[in-house]
Amino acid sequence: MAAITVPVAEDIIGPTPGQRLRKRILGHRGVMIGSVILGIIILMAVLAPLIAPYDPYEQTLTNRLVPPVWADAGSWTHPLGTDGLGRDYLSRLMYGAQISLFIGFATALISGVIGTIMGVAAGYFGGRVDLVVTFLITCRLSMPVILVSLAVVALVGSSLTVVVTVLGVLLWDRYAVVMRSATMQVRSLDYVAAASAAGCSTWRILVSEILPNVMNPLIVVATLEVAHAVLLEAALSFLGLGVQPPLPSWGLMISEGKDYLLFDAWLITIPGICLFALLLAINLLGDGVRDVTAPENRS
Amino acid sequence: MAALLEVENLRVDIPLGAGDLHAVRGISFHVDRGETLCIVGESGCGKSLTSLSLMGLLPPKAVRQADKLFFDGIDLTQASQGKMSDIRGNRMAMIFQEPMTSLNPAYTIGNQLEEALLRHQKVSGKEARERAIHLLEKVGITGAASRLGQYPHQLSGGLRQRVMIAMALMCGPELILADEPTTALDVTIQAQILHLMIELQKEFGMGMILITHDLGIVARVADRVAVMYAGQIVESGTVNEVFDNPMHPYTQGLLRCIPVPGKTRRGEPLGSIPGIVPSLIGKIEGCAFANRCRYTFQDCLTTDVPLAETSPGRGYRCLLSDQQCLENAKEVA
Amino acid sequence: MLIYTLKRLVVALLVALTISLISFGLLFLSGDPATTIAGESADEAAIMAIRAQYGFDRPLYEQYFAWVLRAMQGDFGTSFYFNMPVTELIFERLPVTLGLGLAAITFAIILSIPLGVLAARYPNSLIDRLALTISVMGQAMPSFWFALLLIMVFSFMYPLLPPSGSETWVHFIMPTIVLGYYATPAIMRLTRTGMMEVLGADYIRTARAKGLRPRVVLFKHALRNAIIPVVSLAAVQLGFMLGGSIVVETIFALHGTGYLAWESIRRYDLPTVQAILLIFSLIYIVLTFLADLLNAWLDPRIRVA
Repeated sequence: MAAITVPVAEDIIGPTPGQRLRKRILGHRGVMIGSVILGIIILMAVLAPLIAPYDPYEQTLTNRLVPPVWADAGSWTHPLGTDGLGRDYLSRLMYGAQISLFIGFATALISGVIGTIMGVAAGYFGGRVDLVVTFLITCRLSMPVILVSLAVVALVGSSLTVVVTVLGVLLWDRYAVVMRSATMQVRSLDYVAAASAAGCSTWRILVSEILPNVMNPLIVVATLEVAHAVLLEAALSFLGLGVQPPLPSWGLMISEGKDYLLFDAWLITIPGICLFALLLAINLLGDGVRDVTAPENRS
Repeated sequence: MAALLEVENLRVDIPLGAGDLHAVRGISFHVDRGETLCIVGESGCGKSLTSLSLMGLLPPKAVRQADKLFFDGIDLTQASQGKMSDIRGNRMAMIFQEPMTSLNPAYTIGNQLEEALLRHQKVSGKEARERAIHLLEKVGITGAASRLGQYPHQLSGGLRQRVMIAMALMCGPELILADEPTTALDVTIQAQILHLMIELQKEFGMGMILITHDLGIVARVADRVAVMYAGQIVESGTVNEVFDNPMHPYTQGLLRCIPVPGKTRRGEPLGSIPGIVPSLIGKIEGCAFANRCRYTFQDCLTTDVPLAETSPGRGYRCLLSDQQCLENAKEVA
Repeated sequence: MLIYTLKRLVVALLVALTISLISFGLLFLSGDPATTIAGESADEAAIMAIRAQYGFDRPLYEQYFAWVLRAMQGDFGTSFYFNMPVTELIFERLPVTLGLGLAAITFAIILSIPLGVLAARYPNSLIDRLALTISVMGQAMPSFWFALLLIMVFSFMYPLLPPSGSETWVHFIMPTIVLGYYATPAIMRLTRTGMMEVLGADYIRTARAKGLRPRVVLFKHALRNAIIPVVSLAAVQLGFMLGGSIVVETIFALHGTGYLAWESIRRYDLPTVQAILLIFSLIYIVLTFLADLLNAWLDPRIRVA
């Protein structure tokens, strides 16, 4: 019996949009590097309770400032050494990843909801709504985030929840700006006019016509805002008004390490490198998503 | 006397992912002083790239080759960037298609006019200004002196194109390249601008290459015509030769598309050329027009058609016998 | 242009008014401001005294108007940690911060604009990749960490620069770099994309067709148009630097307003914090207002409308 070769869809119609997207993603160096680094950090955070060699809060004062393994006095007992209170640095780093990621994503979520609602409303309704939103954006941008959040955290009292809430309520500006212009663009397209001519309700147009079409810029902004929030949390904690000890926030670890700057520099460099790697990964991912989904790339 | 511009076997290739795009495929022509050559063809036939390649303004990716590219005895293929920019705007100037976007929005008209002259000739700012006013008056702009302080956005499209023409004339060039200078303008303005260009060309005795797709314009202004199709010149000759006896089926097709007052009856469908221009990527075999030609026969698909010169400057690119072409031409005229 | 300016001015004033409300509102975030000021351990009588002294027993709107009116006359009350008029305190420190901000934005501009122009002129070249690397790295580098690394290298490993203090201009070198690098990626990217767009414009082809030299085409014709949005961005970034100065001045112990902000926040010195928030915001508002005007002036399509 002769084998019949059935032509696969790809031979006839070429790659589907989904396949092309996948190819572009896999071909984008920034996206690949970003996802690998971010993947490692997420794994570190999720698996911390399982793989962390020590309790991150356990102080062994006799074992203070053990250098990391590559230093002359280092050993594999504490691969990344211990801090000024004798806590295992590697374990603290792993748990610290949880804090950074939690703050990053939770903040991006809160601010994303606020900013998207404001931006889409402004872009869709225009007129007075737009005026008010633009005004609010201007007001928000006029106040330095770090100053306001420092003051609020200091006055309300610092905890993880407060930091997330404060940053979430402050960081919506970029969402609003981007969503506003994206919505304006989509709104002027014919199919939206067609939908409203067909008598679709405003709500329906917003949800089924506008939102799906502003998703790409939304994802890009959200990614970059995760990085922004991580960075601000680290800065707040570094200044002593973010996450409170003994929680192992990376910013806090750098802050605690700065007293040992002269002789035990690894206490600063290691959490700094982690923070840098995380921010780099998120930014690369965000920039990559923008490149990959940009309309001018769709030939 | 040698021609002002002599072009032989000019080719422009644009490397693409799928292979080279042969945008201009070996064209030859010349322009004498005081003469107007019209290059006619539909969009994408390579006529704009031809003019840009003469100016050395091709996009960075495009590759220009030519057996001969002489401007007033200067070999442009050998000219350095610096030498080229000394000629550009000075002895050889260009007028572009898009007057709305071809002027820099950040500078005044005066500034943009004067800088051309100041770049190429040793003149004072005052002299440059006087020259600018003189030329603005020449191109029919009233209140020229006060216009110098205006910005492009304050001028209409027609006025901007007049400014562009004045700008091209600043250094008193010997050759003007005009790439569809009137396409973007209103019909009434088109006629004015065209009229102006012919007048100025006569007055200053410049050679001019006018690129257009509008045969009406060609009939009125050209001394000689070159018809381009798919990167090649398919027919060339004096304006009378080409319009009275269009030999190439493509030229014939173009002429059929124009209504002639008093001859084309009301309601009678105008001619059209069916089909589309072939892709110019990769190797092209046979006559590029074969797929749209009404006289195609077997050889057309396989034989590269040479440009047959019947007399100096008169030639066409077709495998049909002269006799046959002439008969076909009668049908059109 | 005049109408534009007036409109812009009205918005600026409204924003300032809103910010003053928020600054005033800070007082009540902790619950009872009198307790905050007096300290947790203070007795009832002391709290009552403070309440009367600061007028916390009066209706809110009365308090707000009193505060704003005094603020408009340049009176922000007395700092109870430093025990001197807040206004005096801030204006004593402001020159340091403003100087630092100006130095930093200059540093950022000198670094990023030429790099952005070259990257756009030679896309995918070595210089373009260098620019991209700097911008990606710059975005991911926490400024406080960068500051500590600089101190580590240039103050301890190679003792070239002082790690802290604000006595001489040498003290400002590292803070300037730290504060300036943060604005670099944004400015460079905008310069690059702006230049890329402008270099493809028809009028650039016209300029080249005139036989102008490449340098003139690039800087006179292209950059002049691409720079317009960069001006606003630079002003916004300078405004952001006020916030950044808090981190940088704290690390380098630079006695400017940023450091003062951190000190007064830690000490619950509310009048000072309120005043700094209002003043920082006002500076930002003025900066963006000026940038908008400069922008309009740079773009003849707005200026000569």
